[in-house]
Amino acid sequence: MSSADFLFQGIIRAFELIFSLNPYILSITGVSIKVSGAATILATLTALPLAFAISFLNFRGRQALITLVNTGMGLPPVFVGLVVFVMLVPAGPLGLLNMIYTQKAMILAQYILITPVITGISLAAIKAVPKPVIETVYTLGGNEKDAAVAVLKEARYGIITAVLAGLGRALAEVGAILIVGGNIALTGSVGGIGEGLSETRTLTTAITSETSKGDISTSIALGIILISLVLSVNILANFFQRRD
Amino acid sequence: MTEELIRIENLSKSFGNKEVLKNINLQFNRGEIFALIGPSGAGKTTLLRILDFLETPSGGRLAFNRLQLNGSQKTDARRRMSMLFQAPAVFNESVFNNVAYGLRIRRVDKYTLEKKVRNALAIVGLEGKERQRARTLSGGEAQRMAFARAIVYDPDILLLDEPTANLDPANAAKVEEMIKRIRDEHGTTIVIATHNIYQVRRIADRVGILLNGELIEVNSRDGIFTAPKDARSAAFLKGEMIY
Repeated sequence: MSSADFLFQGIIRAFELIFSLNPYILSITGVSIKVSGAATILATLTALPLAFAISFLNFRGRQALITLVNTGMGLPPVFVGLVVFVMLVPAGPLGLLNMIYTQKAMILAQYILITPVITGISLAAIKAVPKPVIETVYTLGGNEKDAAVAVLKEARYGIITAVLAGLGRALAEVGAILIVGGNIALTGSVGGIGEGLSETRTLTTAITSETSKGDISTSIALGIILISLVLSVNILANFFQRRD
Repeated sequence: MTEELIRIENLSKSFGNKEVLKNINLQFNRGEIFALIGPSGAGKTTLLRILDFLETPSGGRLAFNRLQLNGSQKTDARRRMSMLFQAPAVFNESVFNNVAYGLRIRRVDKYTLEKKVRNALAIVGLEGKERQRARTLSGGEAQRMAFARAIVYDPDILLLDEPTANLDPANAAKVEEMIKRIRDEHGTTIVIATHNIYQVRRIADRVGILLNGELIEVNSRDGIFTAPKDARSAAFLKGEMIY
């Protein structure tokens, strides 16, 4: 079999797996969306108040916080995974929480990874709101709260882009969640192509394990779904950037 | 009889080592159009920004209705004012929402809000543009929309910073007409910063000339053009002033 045939057959089989709504593929996709979605929601709830505090308040340590956010935007996922792992293992400081190798641990790792991303991009969007817009709020009788709401509205498309960028990074992340989640599938997928149900296995971690097992069709199917998800997120982000 | 609305006493303002306003003493009366004239950089905009509490004076006193205001009173006083910038900022929303902004933050009911916004848009000749995105308006239209936004809640004091500087003659004439109409119909006190002497002749009741941060003369419109008290005023009005 030539390499082209091998690839072609892999793709055909991948589409069969997708369109037959294979439970293994579906469960992996579900875990990916659930973990990344939850991490993005939690990160957004942290990042937005943080970005507004940095933009509007003059407090001690503000500059250090900005440096921390900027550094956090480039955090190596495996390092974050290692830190969270050390914290959550039974002998670690948070071992009593019994979170290691659970979806909660994966959410925590992704939360740490994407909070700086959402904060940093939101910060840039808020800073891009022209000062005269804020002054106009005051000249029309508004107070500080009105000014903050006006800035949120003006920067809305930039903030949505920030959230989508965070979601995109979470969906595509592999190193950290592999370490803290353990890439677990109930009954595994050892019995044949596309078997088992995901517990902490995501699209990215599954691709690494399926590829290493030589199950290229499943890997391609997972890859197609992953790319489609990330692409959809990016198309949405571009749409909101254009609206801005 | 004239009723004093705002009084400025010994007011000064510095940015770093640069003193941009020096010992200003001035009063504005209810229902008058007061023109602050002077060359660019004379301190006109800074004075307007201080009146609207966007800047804090370095020294002196500012009294509204003979009262010197503290923090929360300043916010209340600002709610009775409105300021229009030379290059107005527009919110990234529809024309209607831009004009409605001042009413919404004052919690005006929906019926009154609709009525007032449509009335304000009619005054500035922007009927039918309610749903258009404000950022797509031309420069003249944006200035008129900002004017509607500034007058929609019937402020007692309207501060205008070079409101026609970027407009073509037709749009400038419309804005001047609106300024007079607002004063005549609502008794609004209007302070306008401008370097357009012809505009001053057309709309002002009283005039103050600012030069290098110093208020060199305050006079009636007729007085300043026919018998200026200060030789520098005469030179400025004749276009002979070297700044």
